[in-house]
Amino acid sequence: MSAISASEKVDGFTRKSMRKAQKQRKSQGSSQYRTQSAPVELSPLPQLKDAPSTEQQDLFTQKLQQCCMLFDFLDSVTDLKSKEIKRATLNELVDFVSTNRGVLVESAYPEITNMISTNIFRALPPSENPDFDPEEDEPTLEASWPHMQLVYEFLLRFLENPDFQPSIAKRYIDQKFVLQLLELFDSEDPRERDFLKTILHRIYGKFLGLRAFIRKQINNIFLRFIYETEHFNGVAELLEILGSIINGFALPLKAEHKQFLMKVLIPLHTAKGLALFHAQLAYCVVQFLEKDPTLTEPVIRGLLKFWPKTCSQKEVMFLGEIEEILDVIEPTQFKKIQEPLFKQISKCVANPHFQVAERALYFWNNEYILSLIEENIDKVLPIMFSSLYRISKEHWNPTIVALVYNVLKTLMEMNCTLFDELTSSYKADRQREKKKEQERDELWKKLDELRLSNTALVQNNSHGLPSVQNNNNNNNSNNNNNVNEDRSADEAADNVDGKDPVEASESTPCAK
Amino acid sequence: MLYSKTARAVAVAASKGVACSELMTYFYKSLCHHLDTIYDEDEVLLALAEQLGNFTMLVGGPEYVHCLLPPLESLATVEETVVRDKAVESLRKISQEHSPVDLEVHFEPLVKRLASGDWFTSRTSACGLFSVCYPRVSSTVKAEIRQHFRTLCSDDTPMVRRAAASKLGEFAKVLELDYVKSDIISLFTALASDEQDSVRLLAVEACVSIATLLPQEDLETLVMPTLRQAAEDKSWRVRYMVADKFSELQKAVGPEITKNDLVPAFQNLLKDCEAEVRAAAANKVKEFCENLPEDNREQIIMTHILPCVKELVSDTNQHVKSALASVIMGLSTILGKDNTIEHLLPLFLAQLKDECPEVRLNIISNLDCVNEVIGIRQLSQSLLPAIVELAEDAKWRVRLAIIEYMPLLAGQLGVEFFDEKLNTLCMAWLIDHVYAIREAATCNLMKLVEKFGAEWAQNTIVPKVLGMANDPNYLHRMTTLFCINALSEACGQEITTKQMLPVVLKMSNDQVANVRFNVAKSLQKIGPVLDSNALQTEVKPVLEKLATDTDMDVKYFAQEAISVLALA
Repeated sequence: MSAISASEKVDGFTRKSMRKAQKQRKSQGSSQYRTQSAPVELSPLPQLKDAPSTEQQDLFTQKLQQCCMLFDFLDSVTDLKSKEIKRATLNELVDFVSTNRGVLVESAYPEITNMISTNIFRALPPSENPDFDPEEDEPTLEASWPHMQLVYEFLLRFLENPDFQPSIAKRYIDQKFVLQLLELFDSEDPRERDFLKTILHRIYGKFLGLRAFIRKQINNIFLRFIYETEHFNGVAELLEILGSIINGFALPLKAEHKQFLMKVLIPLHTAKGLALFHAQLAYCVVQFLEKDPTLTEPVIRGLLKFWPKTCSQKEVMFLGEIEEILDVIEPTQFKKIQEPLFKQISKCVANPHFQVAERALYFWNNEYILSLIEENIDKVLPIMFSSLYRISKEHWNPTIVALVYNVLKTLMEMNCTLFDELTSSYKADRQREKKKEQERDELWKKLDELRLSNTALVQNNSHGLPSVQNNNNNNNSNNNNNVNEDRSADEAADNVDGKDPVEASESTPCAK
Repeated sequence: MLYSKTARAVAVAASKGVACSELMTYFYKSLCHHLDTIYDEDEVLLALAEQLGNFTMLVGGPEYVHCLLPPLESLATVEETVVRDKAVESLRKISQEHSPVDLEVHFEPLVKRLASGDWFTSRTSACGLFSVCYPRVSSTVKAEIRQHFRTLCSDDTPMVRRAAASKLGEFAKVLELDYVKSDIISLFTALASDEQDSVRLLAVEACVSIATLLPQEDLETLVMPTLRQAAEDKSWRVRYMVADKFSELQKAVGPEITKNDLVPAFQNLLKDCEAEVRAAAANKVKEFCENLPEDNREQIIMTHILPCVKELVSDTNQHVKSALASVIMGLSTILGKDNTIEHLLPLFLAQLKDECPEVRLNIISNLDCVNEVIGIRQLSQSLLPAIVELAEDAKWRVRLAIIEYMPLLAGQLGVEFFDEKLNTLCMAWLIDHVYAIREAATCNLMKLVEKFGAEWAQNTIVPKVLGMANDPNYLHRMTTLFCINALSEACGQEITTKQMLPVVLKMSNDQVANVRFNVAKSLQKIGPVLDSNALQTEVKPVLEKLATDTDMDVKYFAQEAISVLALA
């Protein structure tokens, strides 16, 4: 508080970035509501590799139980020895399940899942930064990561072990387990979400009975994100998993999947933080269309419905997605949506934001899209023409103008006659518009004149009355104009009279 | 928007002649059409959902109100939450205009359809409609409604369970007591142990209404196990909710349970591992203590609550401390003079020295409570450094906040203390870098004069204010004018005419136009306080001169002053 720079004092508003820089990066505890008492000191157990094979399983279980002890990582000085023992043990366990065969006996499963659940399942703490902006701010990192990372690693190795048997594991890795796993995707720590992604993917692959459940819960998370909280950190990771899930859908697509596309994935485009997961989202959408091309029309109509109106950054993303869709579109589907789609594209081409215009114009560098346009030039060109033509004359950005010239040239080569027709009709239209504008201008001028003479009349009237009263002593006149003149003359006289006292009063204090 | 208004106009025109159900059928068809095509803008749908709630008279009165149901039903199934909520709101509204027969024939089937809809949106909307029709239908239909509500409480979509949980309390209120005990309690217990914390926390809200409905002897067995569990939930959001609703819960369960159960629960919340929860609990400290049963209130506070409060004073989180600081002073009235001096005063003093300005500010802003109990003198020595530091805080909002408490402090500390310690501060604010502070400082002076009187003003404030008229900085010269504007009325005619007016008039020659037009504004403002002689001989000439100023604004304000003071 003592060292406040002068500039800061003058300008009450310190810059946000400066304030952030001052705050040191914090890592965060994992809101474990500890009903258990303070951690007991751990004592090291013998190494697994040194144990005789008869005792190895017992020792494995003991080590798993030892790792259920949780430590407070916000306090960096307590339990240092025990923390180190747990870390070493976890390392050993990871090593043990990844290199040895035949260690996953049936009795080990509950111990393993118990150790994992105890360590990773927790209510995520409130965000340190209440207005956390995932695009700008540094995420808060999980304080207990040194242990947690190893537990995640262990879970992954456990799932990937060649002896792993889903038929036994499904008793422990059940719906509840998966649900808790899914909730962790909201973690602010990207390292944790990355592990979760791989793990959930493995579980989806190995547990057929959980697949529908997992999809439904992801569905619920997205709906809550779109319509209720607008906050969930793991949308991109979940979409990435979904991308490969969709890839594996059998044909024909079930109604459930189509509903997911239309009622969840398309509305996801409305999210404020779209930039964070747009690549993954577009991938999912394109996967769907590659599976079932008949979905193209509803998808594009959906995107057009949610087309961003004020956010240029999002508009660029939408255009990118449209191009990805057009890359895989079937010509018959293209015919169905070309009109509404190109109406939107013609608006984008004419967008004053050059990045939006540029992104839209890049469509004409795409060979496949060009061939589609050429096939349907009689429909596309009339929609696009006026925007392109106008922009070629009016856009402020020279790059855009150059691009538009190229596009116009390409289009002209596609159908010269149509192009000429449109040019002449465009010019005629412009002439008509200009004429109309001129007429409108003249009309306004006339109205202005009318108003001027009218207000003059009104002013005369309104001034007339009080001035008559003011000038009671003066000679009355029937003519309004005369009265007005009288009054201004009167005022002028007043002013002349008034000047003297002012000067007088001022000269007195000066004299003192 | 336009569409719904047109529709309204159509309805008005047609309501007298055309058969209403036909009109609505037409209307509904066109609505469906529009929902699909052009008017699928959520804003339009929102306006539509709202308007339809006011359509009863337009479709021909309560007799025909049921023909509004089909369009509202479709609106109640859309995805966009605000539209859906508005549609439900309108449905609730027009449900009251249905006759009991219509309610069973038209409204209740709609609720049933929504409750068994395929997509979660319709089921979510249904949750809000049960309580409005339940009291007015026959007992068989009532049984059906209860069944539907039960089903939705265990819906497999969390969105629907959340909607059901949030309406649980409301629904309980319209149910017969027996059914509250048999139906609602089991639903409440189930929702309160839902796998999703977002559902569990809504059950806490319902807990308040349910506990109010039940007789005291049933609370222990029916509600308390769930409430205890919620207070120790593993999710901080649920515990936060309990802390946030603590006063309501306390009132709902009554003094006995409070003593046995809620006191320990509250202690735990005050010591929670999450700062959010501690802050929410700290906010409730005063209310909780106030509502304790009087017979052993003091003993409970001293032995159970105060030790936790002491720990919170040195909490690591500033939000917790500032939440506590905003209520802690209120404890003094409850505990009385001796306890306050012995136990609370050290805490107040500690918080007055807190590193976080918000904490100090919250303490200072609640000084009046302590003043009533022990008088502010006890604190004044510690108060001063705290005030001085806040007065010079780098953040202007903090400075602004402390200025706002100055009149209150001045009143409590007395004129002597004020002159000695605080007067310089008040004057220093007048030349702050931030306009908002200078403005507040001006206003503060006015309030001080109202408190201490014109004579005090003449001796302490006015000379300093007038001295600033010669400041090289024109902003400070203008501050003089602003102060005069604020003070003239409180100071009275004599001081204004004799001391202030000459200064104002002299400033009309200032080289900065802003000062000159503010002279004109000031003259307009203080004119009514002056006598007519001064107005005519001194003010009028100056204003007339300003009215011929080269600067447009000066002219404008001078002319305005002339006409307002009727000097023309």
